[in-house]
This record gives sequence, structure tokens and C-alpha cells, in this order.
Amino acid sequence: MSEKIVIKNLSFFYGKKQALKNVVFAVKAKEITALIGPSGCGKTTFLRCLNRMHDLYPGNRYEGEILLDGKNILDKGLDLIGLRSKVGMVFQKPTPFPMTVFENIAFGLKLNGITNRGEMIGRVEKALKDSALWDETKDRLFEPALSLSGGQQQRLCIARAVAVEPEVILMDEPCSALDPVATAKIEDLMMELKKNYTVIIVTHNMQQAARVSGTAGFFMLGEVIEFDSTHKIFTAPANKLTEDYVTGRFG
Amino acid sequence: MSLHYARRRAVNSIALAASLLSACFGIFFLVWILKDVFRFGLPAMTVAFFTELPSPPGVEGGGLANAITGTVLITALATVIGVPAGILAGTYLSEYGRASRFASIVRFLCDILVSAPSIVVGVFVYALLVRPFGGFSAVAGAVALAIIMLPVVIRTAEEMLKLVPDSTREAALALGAPHWKVTVFVVYRGAMRGITTGVMLAVARVSGETAPLLFTSFNNAFWNFKPGEPTATLTVTIFNYAMGPYEDWHGKAWGAAFLITALVLIVTLTARFLTMRRVNGNE
Repeated sequence: MSEKIVIKNLSFFYGKKQALKNVVFAVKAKEITALIGPSGCGKTTFLRCLNRMHDLYPGNRYEGEILLDGKNILDKGLDLIGLRSKVGMVFQKPTPFPMTVFENIAFGLKLNGITNRGEMIGRVEKALKDSALWDETKDRLFEPALSLSGGQQQRLCIARAVAVEPEVILMDEPCSALDPVATAKIEDLMMELKKNYTVIIVTHNMQQAARVSGTAGFFMLGEVIEFDSTHKIFTAPANKLTEDYVTGRFG
Repeated sequence: MSLHYARRRAVNSIALAASLLSACFGIFFLVWILKDVFRFGLPAMTVAFFTELPSPPGVEGGGLANAITGTVLITALATVIGVPAGILAGTYLSEYGRASRFASIVRFLCDILVSAPSIVVGVFVYALLVRPFGGFSAVAGAVALAIIMLPVVIRTAEEMLKLVPDSTREAALALGAPHWKVTVFVVYRGAMRGITTGVMLAVARVSGETAPLLFTSFNNAFWNFKPGEPTATLTVTIFNYAMGPYEDWHGKAWGAAFLITALVLIVTLTARFLTMRRVNGNE
């Protein structure tokens, strides 16, 4: 399997405070990579480097390289809009826009230059079907997205991210605000997404990481302690810290 | 123990009575004002009041049609000048300036301008627009009202935009939307109702201003639809007629007071209604 993203000696600083130290690993294409580790270890910070979300706030600084298909996305002059349309993101809490279900998905499509009403309707329907949300929302397309349940809102956010056909989808604890039923639906969805997209997910749920991912990385204090196949990480970790964490001895 | 309990009960009763009394004290004057405005203002509501020009001093009859249209004209002009500028400035503070030094200076100056006496604003516009251009005008009045409206609109717009969570902005940016599209199509969408409410309250507030108009739009006994001419308004009419020697004028002033109060009340209630719907909509 080819390598979609290669991270070379990535360090990240919030002002003077270093949050990531010399992160090195490679993410395979069309696979789910899970990032695990205790709170505050830099998983989310790392994820937000991949779509340069940190650029929104002043004082943040990157060092090293992140190669997306061989091209360094930390380049100063990089077109962030282009990057973000290739690297989609789903956040911890559902973030529906204050508009209707239909418009939520249409927003991204319009950004991609789709103006034809017929094509728009087709793409919205496809995105909702791909996100297993169509049956629940087909009669509510023109109701406010905020009137959906939490799990539905999160699937809408996934549909919105998928609709613009990115190459990579970043998920930052997408199930932490959801009940087990909604979580199961989103996990099924991830398995579907794997067929077409490279997915990187941050999770605090060990079982979830074990269930969905093919590769896993264990972060601690801003460093990657171990990065290997999920099977190996959970059954025969090379590092004592990893073993202690995945077996629940700390964290 | 029981003495201690009795003391607590007594303190509770006293505190309750004191706060209730204070509340009644405040409401008492509002009710009194509304009662008098209704009692004396309602009889002045005749067809002539709305359709005819003021009759010459001392002559009974006539109406305040020119002052009604004048108030509407000047308030509308002020809204056209003040609201877009205010919303754009609020957008800058919330979406672009944020924590920058310039933004905090603007915020501070806005807070000062909110409490600037309106008569000072009137004199300022007199020096700025009335003297140099050789006369009172509706435009000068509108500019004075717009200046009074501006800081209120700026701060409300900023606060309402800030209520839209940053996570929503991040989500839109993460889709590859440019900053301006996020602001216009997502953030404005979320803050629209709140901003509308704020704007309506600001309009209601300035429509009751008198002092700044005395120096700027002044008064006019006749019809005027030209923005460059002196223009009659309800508030200035109240000022003149209430001080006047004629019984008929006093009645007209009450009528004008009634009309302004009703207008402000309707706008405020509409704004309140919109805010309530916003809160319920988020549930």
C-alpha cells in the first residue's frame, strides 16, 4: 500500500511551548490510522497540523515537514484553501452550520464551484446516503440542521466533509459526544469511507481504535512512542509505555 | 438555635420586601408615564393629526403630518448611514481584529461614544455640517442620529457574531472556504437574528432623540422631503409645543409623545419577540 502522508521530524509550538517533538511516521493511503494516548499528549495538535488549522491563531509555529503525496504542506506560500479542500476534518463536537440540512452540504459543494441545481441535489443525496443519514433526513432536508439529534448532526458533518470529495479525512474524537448506538453507526461509516479515503482518527476509546484501524500510533507528551499495525500495538507492543496504556494501567 | 432561625427569617423578609419595593419604585414611574401619555395623547389622535400641516400659532386645528414624515425620513436616513457602517465595524472587531491592539482601542472608543451626551453630538454635527453648508438640514440630523446609533450597533453586532462558536468557523474553514465566505455565508447566518434585534433597538433609541436634532435638522412648519432643508420631527415638535402658550399645542405635543412611545414600544416588542424565538430555536 502506498504512503499518502509522510511526517518528517515534525515539531510544533504554541508560542514558546513545544507541543510536538520530532514526530516521524507515514500514513498509508486508504486505511484508517488511529492516534491514541492520554489527554494533552498532542494527538489533536498533530491532527490540526495536517490541515494547517493552527494557522488561524497567531503565535503558532511548525518545524519539519509533512509530505502529502510528496509535497510539503508546511510550505509558507502554500494555498491553504486548496489544502483544506483535499484534507477534510470532522470535529469532536458536531459543528452543523446554522442553516438547513441541505444547505449544510450544499455549502461545501458551492465552494467547489457546483452551481447546477440538479447536480447539487444529486450530490447532496449521495453524500447523505454515503453517510447512512438519507433515510432519517430525506423528509427533513429543509429543516434547520440544529434540530437533528447529536448523532445525526455528527453524521451530517461527516457527509458535509465527504461531499466535497477530499483525499484525506481527519476525525478528532468524532464519537466522544455520542451514545453507543450512534457510535456504532459512525464506526460502520468509517469502514465504508476507508474504501475511498485515507482516514486518520484521534480517539480515547481503545476498543474503537482496535475495531476500526489498521495502523495505530501511541502519543505521549508530544512524542510518538510507538507506531505500528493496530494488531501489534494491541497484542505485542514493543514499548513498555504502550503496553501499560493499552492495557489500561494508566491514562 | 430557634432564635438564630427567627433572625434568618426576619432578615429574609426584610431583604425580600426591600427588593420588591425597589422594583415597584422603578415600574411605578414607567406606568405613570405610559398612563399620562395614553390619557392625554390618545384624544389627539385624529385624522387631521396624521394628514394636515400645523396651523399658524394660535389657530386651532391642523396636524403634525410633516413632523411624522420628517421623523420617518430622518430615522430612515440615519439607519441607512449608521447600520451598514456599524455592522461592518462589528464584523471587523469580531472576525478580523479580535485581540489586536487596534481592535481594543476601537472597542474602548465605542464604549465612550455610547455614553457621550447626545447634545454634544448635536453641537458637533452643527459645527461639522450645519455651519459650513449654510443651514439646518435633514441630512445633518440623520448624521447626528447615525453617530449616536453607531457604537450601539457596532458593539451589538460584535457580541452577536461572537456568539457563533469558533468551532463553526473552523468547520467552515476546514472545508476549504475562504475567510470572507465563512463570515458572510456562515457566521452572519448564525448571528442574523441577534443583529437584527440590536439594530431595531438602536433605531428605536435614536427615533426618540431630541437634543441632537435641535442643532441639526431644526424644524419646519411645512412639508419637506428634501434632505438638504430643515425638517420637522415629532421630538422637536414636542419640545416646541410643550413649551408653547396654547392649549391646542399642548394636546398636539401629547399626541406626538403618544405616537413616538407607541413606535418605540412596537419596535422593542418586535425585537424582544425575535430574541425569544432565537433562544427557543437553539433548544
